[in-house]
Amino acid sequence: MEEEIRQILAEHGRLPLEMDELDNDTDLYEAGMTSHASVNVMLALEDAFDFEFPESMLRKSTFESVTAIQAALISLVGAPVE
Amino acid sequence: MTDDTFGAFRDELIDSGLVIDAGVEGLYGRSLAYEEIVAGITGLTSRTGADDGALAVHFPPVIPRTLLERTDYLKSFPHLIGSVETFRGDDKLHARLLALVETGADWDEVLEPAEVVLRPAACHPVYPLCTDGALPSEGRRFEVHGWCFRHEPSADPARMLAFRMHEFVYVGDPEGAERHTETWVKRGTEMFESLGLEVEVVAANDPFFGRAGVFLAANQRQNALKLEFVSPVMSTEAPTAVGSVNRHQDHFGRTFGIRSADGAVAHSACFGVGVDRTALALLRRHGLEKRSWPAEVRALLWP
Repeated sequence: MEEEIRQILAEHGRLPLEMDELDNDTDLYEAGMTSHASVNVMLALEDAFDFEFPESMLRKSTFESVTAIQAALISLVGAPVE
Repeated sequence: MTDDTFGAFRDELIDSGLVIDAGVEGLYGRSLAYEEIVAGITGLTSRTGADDGALAVHFPPVIPRTLLERTDYLKSFPHLIGSVETFRGDDKLHARLLALVETGADWDEVLEPAEVVLRPAACHPVYPLCTDGALPSEGRRFEVHGWCFRHEPSADPARMLAFRMHEFVYVGDPEGAERHTETWVKRGTEMFESLGLEVEVVAANDPFFGRAGVFLAANQRQNALKLEFVSPVMSTEAPTAVGSVNRHQDHFGRTFGIRSADGAVAHSACFGVGVDRTALALLRRHGLEKRSWPAEVRALLWP
């Protein structure tokens, strides 16, 4: 799941840094992700994991780090089966 | 003020001849008396901002198509845009156009996009003026007003398709943008109150499109990026925004590649008066006959 999140961030987050420079807890907005870019991240996550974020989760904090995104996904689609 | 549906006030405005129903919902003509109120408001707004030393510039109500793309307006507000189309065909296509009109069919299939679109916000044309090198340390300031278009047809006379906006814009560093915001929250409140309008400054959000819009709106409110001066024009429960202050942060700086004096991406902020909405608020507050408005209000509008 983490790898897929990083892949989506690399494609849609328009971050001015490489993914391997990014810790799971790095604040993506501080790292340069714009709100419009995070909307694209949101849509790509929904496509990849086949679900829809409820409106209550459509806020900045949901997408502020890899960890936050992973926590949101687990709460919505369940933990990945390894 | 007793609450009222906007229908009755709209009828009063039209019956008095102040505004003219122009044939589609949300589109109005204006009488000379109404335009005198508009001139009074723009004059007062200019005088209120005289200390800014802003460069006053005027632009037509159409902007380059590329400008709409660069401001991200299409991402945020596709449902509000007005795109201009034109005819570039030959005789044969002209005949086709007329035949389509004749049969009552959609005739714009023979049209092509023009190089311009309708301007959705007064300030958009000023940002490209800031791209010729780093900004001076004091930033740059603009005063800009004029006609804007947003496609949100409504019977509410305070929600017009075409309306005027009068703005004071700052482009520079984050501290300057914050000072601009704070200064104009104060000045704007004083200006509206001096006209006898009750206003409250509230955190607000723009009507962003779609599910992504829910996200963008929450973000805007959470960070108090948009503050509106709301006044009970049509109802006390749902007051109307007669003006706003917008913290753009680095949005325009980034999309237009504007650099502040220290080389960082520029921040910007703007104060905007909804001129037509303010005119309606005054008519609602003081009555349809401006000769009977309070003397101090008249003195401010028409010194």
